[in-house]
Amino acid sequence: MKPFDYRRADDVAAAVALLSRDREAVFLGGGTNLVDHLRLGVATPGLLVDITRLPLDRIEELPDGGVRVGGTVRNSDLAADPLIRERYPVLSQALLSGASGQLRNLATTGGNLLQRTRCVYFQDVTTACNKRVPGSGCSALEGYQRYHAILGASPDCIATHPSDMAVAMAVLDAVVQVTGPDGERAVPLGDFHRLPGDEPQHDTVLRHGELVTAMDLPALPDGMTSLYRKVRDRASYAFALVSVAAALDVRDGVVADVRIALGGVAHKPWRAARAERELRGAPATDDSFRRAAEAELSAAQPVAGNAFKVPLARNTLVATLRELTGRTPR
Amino acid sequence: MTTTDRRFPPRAVGTPLDRLDGHAKVTGTARYAYEQPVDAPAYLHAVQATVARGRITAIDTEAAEAVPGVLAVLTHHNAPRLADTGDAELAVLQSDAVAFRGQIIGGVVATTSETARYAASLVRTTYDEQPHDTGLRADRDDLYAPEKVNGGYATDTAQGDVEAALAAAAVTVDRTYSTAMYHNNPMEPLTTVACWADGELTLHDSTQGVHMVRSQVAPLFRLETEQVHVVSPHVGGGFGSKGTPHAPVVLAAMAAHLVPGRPVKFALTRQQMFSLAGYRTPTVQRVRLGADRDGRLAALSVDAISQTSRIKEFAEQTAVPSRTMYAAPHRRTTHRVARLDVPVPSWMRAPGECPGMFGAEVAMDELADACGVDPVELRVRNEPETDPESGLPFSSRNLVACLREGARRIGWERRDPTPRARYEEGRLVGLGVAASVYPVLWMPGSSATVRAGADGRYTVSIGAADLGTGTWTALTQIAADALDVPVERVELRIGDTVFPPASVAGGSSGITAWGSAVVHAARRMRESFGESPHEGAEATGETGDNPATERFAMYAFGAQFAEIRVHPETGEVRVPRLVGVFAAGRIVNPKTARSQLIGGMTMGLSMALHEQSYFDDHVGQVANHDFAEYHIATNADVDRIEASWLDEDDPHVNPMGTKGIGEIGIVGTAAAVANAAYNATGVRVRDLPITLDKFLDS
Ligand SMILES: Cc1cc2nc3c(=O)[nH]c(=O)nc-3n(C[C@H](O)[C@H](O)[C@H](O)COP(=O)(O)OP(=O)(O)OC[C@H]3O[C@@H](n4cnc5c(N)ncnc54)[C@H](O)[C@@H]3O)c2cc1C
Repeated sequence: MKPFDYRRADDVAAAVALLSRDREAVFLGGGTNLVDHLRLGVATPGLLVDITRLPLDRIEELPDGGVRVGGTVRNSDLAADPLIRERYPVLSQALLSGASGQLRNLATTGGNLLQRTRCVYFQDVTTACNKRVPGSGCSALEGYQRYHAILGASPDCIATHPSDMAVAMAVLDAVVQVTGPDGERAVPLGDFHRLPGDEPQHDTVLRHGELVTAMDLPALPDGMTSLYRKVRDRASYAFALVSVAAALDVRDGVVADVRIALGGVAHKPWRAARAERELRGAPATDDSFRRAAEAELSAAQPVAGNAFKVPLARNTLVATLRELTGRTPR
Repeated sequence: MTTTDRRFPPRAVGTPLDRLDGHAKVTGTARYAYEQPVDAPAYLHAVQATVARGRITAIDTEAAEAVPGVLAVLTHHNAPRLADTGDAELAVLQSDAVAFRGQIIGGVVATTSETARYAASLVRTTYDEQPHDTGLRADRDDLYAPEKVNGGYATDTAQGDVEAALAAAAVTVDRTYSTAMYHNNPMEPLTTVACWADGELTLHDSTQGVHMVRSQVAPLFRLETEQVHVVSPHVGGGFGSKGTPHAPVVLAAMAAHLVPGRPVKFALTRQQMFSLAGYRTPTVQRVRLGADRDGRLAALSVDAISQTSRIKEFAEQTAVPSRTMYAAPHRRTTHRVARLDVPVPSWMRAPGECPGMFGAEVAMDELADACGVDPVELRVRNEPETDPESGLPFSSRNLVACLREGARRIGWERRDPTPRARYEEGRLVGLGVAASVYPVLWMPGSSATVRAGADGRYTVSIGAADLGTGTWTALTQIAADALDVPVERVELRIGDTVFPPASVAGGSSGITAWGSAVVHAARRMRESFGESPHEGAEATGETGDNPATERFAMYAFGAQFAEIRVHPETGEVRVPRLVGVFAAGRIVNPKTARSQLIGGMTMGLSMALHEQSYFDDHVGQVANHDFAEYHIATNADVDRIEASWLDEDDPHVNPMGTKGIGEIGIVGTAAAVANAAYNATGVRVRDLPITLDKFLDS
């Protein structure tokens, strides 16, 4: 690990100022991702600005009925929060399906959102990776592809975003609150993470020095129930092969409203807009669910090592929507 | 001398004595190699090759040397010349050649481990890179027959006329199975603290055998055996990876040589464990069975393929267990090996039996299916009267009783032989069975000393190892019974070359070999000094030869049963229950024995469902080389695992009647799970691991 300096920031302005003065500085949240990268040489910052003592560790109701989650709230605290469990079960479930108890105790909201891909080549500095070293090539194209993207990938990068939390946040239409050298801005989560294109080095639209101070969660419309379903290679402590966050409102056997996001399939939490369109107004049956899933996945471009994710995503989506209708499989 | 001529009545043996080292371990006071208190240690980090084949044309250490705190940088230019380079795996830094990616090409010694690691990352190497070849395939045209396979077994065997018998058989199975590459991943990585003083070398090493390390390291450095002192009281797991010295211990000794008088600490990172600690070779197994309509075997043939490294041969004995399992007049087994630009494979828990019993026992399930015979019954029908391989009688063989008892425990009568017949709580449910086997290995050459103390106390010393397995406890129990005193009167000393030599903890032979020496020493004590020896009286015993090994075939057997649940839409696989019943001679300590058996079965479950080192043939290394990506079963994957055993009184194996239990638990588990998966889903998984994608239709 390259030697670095360490500073603890006392307020948001100071934290942002420390970074805006120094291209080599980064924020340190729980460190569960960043510290690994320091050890592996994937990240080589000159200065760590510890933000875990900032007053951003609260979960508060907003006047419009939504909830604001501070950027340094720990994943365990967020998952256990009564407000979250009651209003956004999908988020609590997603958090609890991620990592391990120990990791969730450390991990922060901002850090989870900004965790980097788990692509094995990104994490190994002895191999080529366009995300780590732009222009060096993509080892995954002919390598280990089980955890890689089937949607929205590019010839430069087929990595996925690994977060479970962010998939649930995508279905909740969360808004990322950011404070940077140029002031504050709010970015809808759907616009926050990027597709790789020819600049896979940029995971998000965040600029250097910008701090995620909070995530705002609008209230879910009345009548919508939500669920997170994660499919993985072992029963716990594994990243999603495919995950589905869904919120559904069925009236008289017809889909009145629906929101769907997929995890483990793309460089960002994948909001399944096409499937949602197919479903609105359709009967809430397995057949419609399947047609919607197939419509969404018709754009899938799997590689040899992850072709199974197309039927897996389809089946998981059908099973999740069915579970939200309260029916058992036929 | 024979060691079987005096048996003793078990008193402490057979009781579930709590681990004597348990308190120290749970309170964190048991010292592992890295934690040995040493003065002013320096730290070592390895530099590894980033090409899979070639030569180093330049290695620039200037930037590394300039880092404050760096004490020395080792490369092939300045490394001490070894006196013996016969074992190419241990010939560390002796030339510019690179034989596999991840091979050690240098090392940095510094005042902190972080500095050493950082400086190691600054070493710049250029290579004359050559094309590498790392892919194991059955259709390679360069597979060769090794002289012997691991364990000293014959490479090929043949009896009768297999081809004719297969052609004439009413029912045949001809299938190819594969097991993945697996990496031994004990919690404690390979670790050494090395120190040179007055021309002698001390190694605090995490090893399965202190004397084994000493005898192999000494000649490399032109030392007398006695000039190498190895200490290893506690070992955080080995699974074979610490059963023979690998390159890191040599690098540590070399590094310490550059800073004489100063101990050098060295522990591999988890990623480094995937290229420097050995591994289980992937295997391809073609199994052919020919039987009559009732499932009685006429022909049995296993052709096994594995890989080894360019620089050192390790030939996994994959087909060997099939030589003993079932009666069949016409039989053959073969082993062929591919020499590749890959890290050096080595021992991993139950080499041979573990991978070999996957293909063989899934093939038996396929035969049962083809004949319409119950899989338990099929195995019973093919039970041999004598060892099919040697013709010798078995010293004891209770496979049938294990199968029957296991069937009773799991509720085998509930099994519907038709796949996809059971559907419960939204899951396809199935049951499967497979047999387990492990040889009783006799390792001569250990000795033990018993010394009488005051008040009827005894000190028993032997350079044995405890890998977390329970040696401290079980050997104390054996010594107590052999001396006919309570366990409280025995103080055991192990894990140090100051004690008498002991064979390596491998081949499930530890308790058998060391216990025999302890029993012999105790007998000598009584013979020479009677029931009340004077303080300081000493007697030494040995593990000699056991002539009974020439008259009997000696094996432990077992039966494993699995219940599986498969999600019909996502293919997610869960194993809510495993039942293992073993016949493994006398059980010295039921508590530690159960841990060994359920540990083996858990590892077998992990192999069945999760483990796979994905070797990237383009890059030339294991891609998923950490614990986030190389999946080992978690607690949530392990539900009910029940291990039990039959009382078995085998008078021939050794004075204790023990057969060894460290490895048999992993043998057959994966086949039982795969057979259960077929019963649940109708999908026959012949290539491990049994992942969800294998159950998805497009
Ligand atoms: C073995 C393992 C298994 C895991 N399994 C899962 C899993 O199944 N599902 C899952 O979702 N996750 C999983 N994780 C990932 C885990 O969720 C993340 O590591 C964690 O959420 C990161 O949060 P952190 O606070 O520790 O981030 P850090 O490591 O502190 O930071 C991560 C990145 O975010 C930046 N950052 C942090 N906070 C802010 C902020 N407020 N504003 C701007 N930038 C910021 C940092 O500079 C850094 O680049 C796993 C991790 C491990 C190690």
